Order: sequence, then structure tokens, then C-alpha cells
Amino acid sequence: MSILIKGGRVVDPANKIDAILDVLIEGNKISKVAKNIKARAEIIIDASNKIVAPGIIDMHTHLRQPGREDKETVASATAAAAKGGITTVLAMPNTQPAMDCVESIELLQGIINKSALVNVLICGTITKERKGQELSNIAALKKTGVVAISDDGCSVDNDELMFEAFKKAKQAGLLTISHSEDKKLSAKGVINLGFNSTRLGLRGISNESEYTRISRDIALAEKSKATVHIAHVSCRESVEIIAKAKKKGIKVTCETAPHYFALTDEALLGYDTNMKMNPPLRSKEDLAAIRQGLIDGTIDAIASDHAPHTENEKDIEFERAEFGVVGLETELSVSITELLDQKILNWPGLIEKLSLNPAKILGLDKGTLAEGAFADIIIISDQERWVVDKQNLVSKSKNSAFLGRSLKGLVDYTICNGNIVYKQGSSGQCLI
Amino acid sequence: MREKAKILDQEGINRAVTRIAHEIIEKNKGASGLCIVGIRNRGVYIAQRIAEIIKKIEGAEVLTGALDITLYRDDLALASGQPLVRKTEIDFDINDKNLVLVDDVLYTGRTIRAALDALIDFGRPKSIQLAVLVDRGHRELPIRADFVGKNIPTSNKESVEVHLQESDTIDEVLIAEKE
Amino acid sequence: MLWTKKDLLGLEYLTQSEIELILDTAESFKEVSTREIKKVPALRGKTAVNLFYEPSTRTRVSFEVAAKRLSADVINIATETSSVRKGETLIDTGKNIQALKADIIIIRHNCSGAANMLARALDISVVNAGDGWHEHPTQALLDIFTLREKLGKIKGLNVAIVGDIAHSRVARSNIWGLIKLGANVTLCAPEMLLPVGIELTGAKTSSNIDEVLKKADAVNVLRMQFERDTGAAFPEQLDYFKKFGITEERLSKAKKDIVVMHPGPINRGIEMSSAVADGANSVILEQVTNGIAVRMAVLFLVSQARDGKK
Repeated sequence: MSILIKGGRVVDPANKIDAILDVLIEGNKISKVAKNIKARAEIIIDASNKIVAPGIIDMHTHLRQPGREDKETVASATAAAAKGGITTVLAMPNTQPAMDCVESIELLQGIINKSALVNVLICGTITKERKGQELSNIAALKKTGVVAISDDGCSVDNDELMFEAFKKAKQAGLLTISHSEDKKLSAKGVINLGFNSTRLGLRGISNESEYTRISRDIALAEKSKATVHIAHVSCRESVEIIAKAKKKGIKVTCETAPHYFALTDEALLGYDTNMKMNPPLRSKEDLAAIRQGLIDGTIDAIASDHAPHTENEKDIEFERAEFGVVGLETELSVSITELLDQKILNWPGLIEKLSLNPAKILGLDKGTLAEGAFADIIIISDQERWVVDKQNLVSKSKNSAFLGRSLKGLVDYTICNGNIVYKQGSSGQCLI
Repeated sequence: MREKAKILDQEGINRAVTRIAHEIIEKNKGASGLCIVGIRNRGVYIAQRIAEIIKKIEGAEVLTGALDITLYRDDLALASGQPLVRKTEIDFDINDKNLVLVDDVLYTGRTIRAALDALIDFGRPKSIQLAVLVDRGHRELPIRADFVGKNIPTSNKESVEVHLQESDTIDEVLIAEKE
Repeated sequence: MLWTKKDLLGLEYLTQSEIELILDTAESFKEVSTREIKKVPALRGKTAVNLFYEPSTRTRVSFEVAAKRLSADVINIATETSSVRKGETLIDTGKNIQALKADIIIIRHNCSGAANMLARALDISVVNAGDGWHEHPTQALLDIFTLREKLGKIKGLNVAIVGDIAHSRVARSNIWGLIKLGANVTLCAPEMLLPVGIELTGAKTSSNIDEVLKKADAVNVLRMQFERDTGAAFPEQLDYFKKFGITEERLSKAKKDIVVMHPGPINRGIEMSSAVADGANSVILEQVTNGIAVRMAVLFLVSQARDGKK
């Protein structure tokens, strides 16, 4: 199969390219990127006035399979990903069973092989059943092909155990992803601690519960010379701590999620459970710090933290509703609307956060349009607007924080390993 | 609303109220056992004026009260308007009294129906009589006034506006055309 | 002034003139309870449902009396005996009540925001009778009504609210209402019981009760819920009484006519001494009486809402 993408604005920060070029795909690889490619191709796509970029690598996705197929499956999540311009997802390990042993990972890998529309990588757990009591067999996990470990949803409270985990991960050559939350400090909280939690009469989650744990994990990573990636950074102090650590030369990277640079806790004033996530939407000051962190490079990546929940789990009393929002289908558009349009980032900068840096952090041979690279490519109508509506979400769950919002930027094509896996107008269904 | 004609001026109103006062005394053979209750808003002011005149004639204080009939209205559930609930002030026992109910304009009779319901909740007067400054006709209920200041034949398209010193800084009764 | 809201969810959501309309309407309704026949037909043929997820006798009874004095039919749903026990969601329960053609749901719930959620999901009126730590609007309205009746106005008054502000819906509703009507509000509590950012409402804070009482025209003493699991640090009972309890001795240094309020039920000897609770400055029982008039006004107004969602 060959595809020729003609006349698009090719944004490829890995090769410092931002120009009108053609891209030729042959088989599953990119064979040529140049002006006016004269070649025969089975499919020719006119990309004039469109952005052509490496596919998004979303390093924080909850697929819910195995165990909670009522919320999401590998098939439905990867269809949603394809629609959102995402060609690779990192599956978080808090499934049932958790990804804490070879058998579970093989089970998931089997499902992926059968039903995934885009690339799915697996993140293993740090501890068995994510209970924070006993380490998983990290070396064995590495052999099954996991690219990182995390107890996402929980932090390992025991300092010594976490130190051990970092040492084992270092030996295995694995990245450790830190869900940084001290549950003693965030205990029972449901939204950001501040005037708005006071107004709403809801228990608050302090910034402290996040940043003190980030400090600890950075210190342990430094001591063990391991590499740590901080998941879903939401507040000002966290950005400051990570910036300082980076300056010191500690091997730390981090991500934030679109909702943390697009929304604040003001969005909760109507008790909308689709605005309930962990970490919570923070204050205006925190949002400004997150945006600044994206500008100055403290924040390396944008990840969706796609966390599907059924309506039954959301359409209930606020305090009882589940934490989390879906995000695969809105990640790119929210980034265009909130970062590009507001001149926080330019196109190359945005693609760096969405694709190139995640590839680097995870050690993947992706996030680039170099000749010979895997053909994971997206074509975007960057000026087109759409309104987020439950009806047009492909994900099994509809718990989006952006329902009703008008967003800019629509994916026209998602090409994964040389195959067109999404084409606009096909309502997210697989074409091939 | 377009003003068509002035039916009563200050003197006309005074004369009408004075005549009603005399008729009340005559019918009730004096002022003893008498009380006067006005319907909010303007009925209250007319009731007070009547009581003043009776006091001058009979030399005795007449009990007066104010009745708000909002909560008894039969059109509460209808979409038009939203009435303000005001205070009812009847600080005396109405049992076995000859009670004169006073309103400014008698029209469909529905306000009076509501007022009768309200009064019955306060007790059992010996009699209830009705005094109105203007009777404009178009009754929808079997209700009639015992004392009438002035009968004014009107059409349903017209409205009768009573203005009183106490609330409107001028005494007059106008007929206006609804537009 | 037109009442447009089909629901009463909290005083934060009302304007000054809306609050005043409720208070003025309540003044008219107060007279009804003094009659021999304590009933008017204003809500005849309407059905009000008391949906209480938390045990409460005084608020439920007050609403029931108010609705009945307006001639509404009242149905009480105790969640211990309803299908809520069988796992029915709040919205499903609400939709079922709506399908019964009820007109007003009066809801008490231990989760903040429960009334807001129900109001959004239903077309019929929802009146918040207390949700979590969020709001208890009718309690605050009756407190403010009582204060206005006693002192003739609210604007410019110095009102102290003493006790567990952090976990009190009564405090939140009072703060919003009093500040909208122009009172100077001072919250007096141990540091740990003052919620984050509360001064952004416009209220001042203090932990010195004697200083606060010196200037106060009125003091609203909150119930200390030592039995409630707050997940936060809580002061020791006797220590609290020593530092914040309202005693005759403390009151002797306050303004002579200071109005002492309490939403009840009182913990005698913890929030205030018995002598103060039963003393000349206490208006605690008048608050209960006024509660009927205020709730009648609220039920009447929400059922008469015009140009709102209804």
C-alpha cells in the first residue's frame, strides 16, 4: 500500500521541518518527505491548507480492558484515539486484573493483537495489585515488553519500597511513572482545596498532597539514579519543583493533561461531575503556572489521562461520582484551542508536547516524519470548529469535561503504520 | 392604556363615600357592632374614610381592618402576573359583628368571592355587607353590592382606574381603553 | 419584583431583592399562623414531597406545617423505608416523584450539591432543606427574618457567627444572605474550623469571642456536631466551651440588646449555657415560629415562579 500526501504544511520538530511538503508512504514506513514528489501511489490525499504531523503519542490512557468493558474496551478506546489523531497509547495498568504479572500482560496483549486500531503499549504496575505492599517482578515485566511501570491511581506510600522500585526499574532499564498523591493529605477530598471547595461545601484536595509526593519521588529517583516521569501535573508548586530538579540535572520528565491548561475549579460551581477528576481542576494561578511550564519546557508532554466512566457512575451525587474524564477525542482540539490560538505554543512546539517528547520519554522510535520511520501520521484541518457532543463521541463513555464546548481543529486522517485508521466523516469508524 | 373620561373627581368621590357612610349607619341602625374591612390596596383607604365619617356622625370609633386576598384567588395558577402577598390586618374579633367589606371597583365578583372565603376563616360575622366605590358590571358570580358609590356601565375592553390620595396623590376615577 | 426561580437551592444564587421578596412575603404569611383557622388555600391541590435522606425532625416538621398551612398535600418519604434502600439513584427517585405529579420536592441530603443535581434533572420545584456542608437556605432566611424583625433592619448590623463554620451549611447560607443584605459578618471559630478562603465571601474571621461579642448586634451560635465524622481535627468539647461557649458572663460584656440565635438542637453547656439559651436575649423559639412563615413564603414563591424554567 502506498499513500502520497500532497501539499500539506508538514510540522516535524524532530527534523526541524515546518514547510509545505509532500509525504510518501510505502508499506508501513515513510519513504520520502520532499517538495512535489512525483511518484505513483494507490491513495493520493490533497493536504493543502492542512497540517501534516507525526501521530500523537498519548502516554496516559485508561483502556479499562480487561475487567471494565462496560466503560471502554481496547477496540472502542483505540477507535476514539484514531479519531483524536492519536496513533500510540500507553495503557495504564489499573485494570482488573492489574498489569502486575506476565499472565495479565499476555492476556491484554492478546486483546490488543486482536482488536486495537492504533499502537497500544502497556505500562506494568510497580507493586502487586497496585496495593503498595509488595513489588511486582519488575524484571519479568520488562521481558514481556512493558515500556514503563506505574501504580497510577495510587502512589506507593512506603518510601523504602518506592526506593527499591526505582532501583529495580533502573536495573531493568524501565521508566517509572509517578502518580504523585499523598492520600493522607488529599484524604476524602473531591475537588481542589480553595474558596470554591468552601463555597460548594466539598472536601478539598490540597496542592500539597501532589507536590510533596513529587518532591519525594524526585529525591528517590535522584538517589537511585533512575528515570522518573511525573504524571498529570496540575499545580504551580509541582511545576516549580520539577523545574528545579531539571536544572539540577535529575532525570525527570513530566506531563500535564488538557483539562489542567483549559479549565479551573470555577467549572465545578454547578457540581458537574464531568469536571471531577484526580488531580482536581485547580485555581487560575495553577492554570497559569501549567501554561508557563509548557512554554518554558518544564512540562515535556501533554497526555489525555483518558478515564472513561459510565453514566451510572457519573450521574449521581457529586461526592459519590467517580474521578476522571475521557480525553482521547478532545486532546488535540483542546490543545489547538487553548494553546495555539492563545499563542502559548506554536505548531512545532505543540507537536513536540504531543508526539516527539512522549516518544523520547518512552524511548520509542516514533514521533518523527523522518524517512524510514513508521508511518504514523495525522492530517489536521486546523481552522475547522466542532462542538463536543455526547452523540459524536466514539468512546464508550461520554464523561467529557468539554461537552458543549466549541473547539478548533479537526482530524481529517489518521494513518497508523501506513494504514488509514480514521477518515473524517466516517464518524470514527475504522475504514480498513 | 388610553384615558377616555374622568368619571369622578375629588368632590365626587367625597360625596359618594359620605353617602355610603350614611347608608351604612342607616341600614345597621347606628355604629354599634359594626366593623369595616377594606380589601388591599385601595379598598383599605376607602374603608378608613368611611370609618372617619361614621365616627364624625356617630361619635364612636369604628373598628377597621385590611384584608389581602392573594392567597384566596382562583387565578393563582394562571400564567398571568404574579401577585405580591401583603399583610392581612384584622386585629379584632369579627364574630357576631356586622362586617362591611369595602373595595374600590366591583367587576367580575371574583375578588369578593375570595374575600368572603378569607373572612370566613377569621370567624362568623353576624352579617357581611359589601360597599364599593364603583360598580362597573360584568359579574361572573352571583354577587351584588349593598352600597354603591357610582354605577358605571363599561365595556370589557375598558378598564376603570381608581386613584386615591393615599396611594396615588390624587382623588379621581377614570375610564381608560385597553390597548 | 417577579420571582422567576422554580427552585430554592441556596442564598448564594439569589439577589438582594430576591431575598428581600422572600422576607417580605414571609411577613405577610406570619399572620396566617396567628389565626384561629391557620390555613389559606394558596397551594390547594398541590403536592409537596419531603424527601429526607438525613434524619431531621425539626426541619421536616416545619416544612410540613408550612405546606399544610398553604393547603398543600404533604407526603413524607423517609429513605430508610423507600426504594432508596434498594439502590435507586437520587435522580431516579426524583423522576418517580415527578411522575406522581407532585409539584415540589423538599430535599435534605448528606451530599453537598444533591439539591442542585435534582433541580437540574427535574421540571418540578426543588427546595433545598440542607445539603451536606453546602447550604441550608430556609434556615438562614428564618435567622435573617428573625433578626430583621428584632432589630428592624439588616444593613449595617454586626452579626457574629460562632462555631464550626467549616462543616456548616447553616453558616454558609447565613454568610451569603447577610452579606447580600449589607450586614457586617464576623466568623468566630477555632482556626481549624474556618474553611479555606471564607473571607472571600466578604466575612471577617476571628478566634477571639470576647472581642467579637463586644461589637456584635447579634450572635448566631452554630451547633457543634461532635458526632459527625469530619475527617478533620476537632476541638475537645470542654475546651471549646471554655474558649467559645456563650455564657452569661460573656454576654454581660456585650451590647445589652444583643440578639442570640441558634438553629437548634442546642447542646447545652457546649455551645452556650442553659441560662443564655433560656435568657432574655435568646430568640431561639421565635426562630422556630418564624421558620413556618419563611417556609410558607418559599413554597408559595417557587410554586408561583414565572418566566423561569417552569
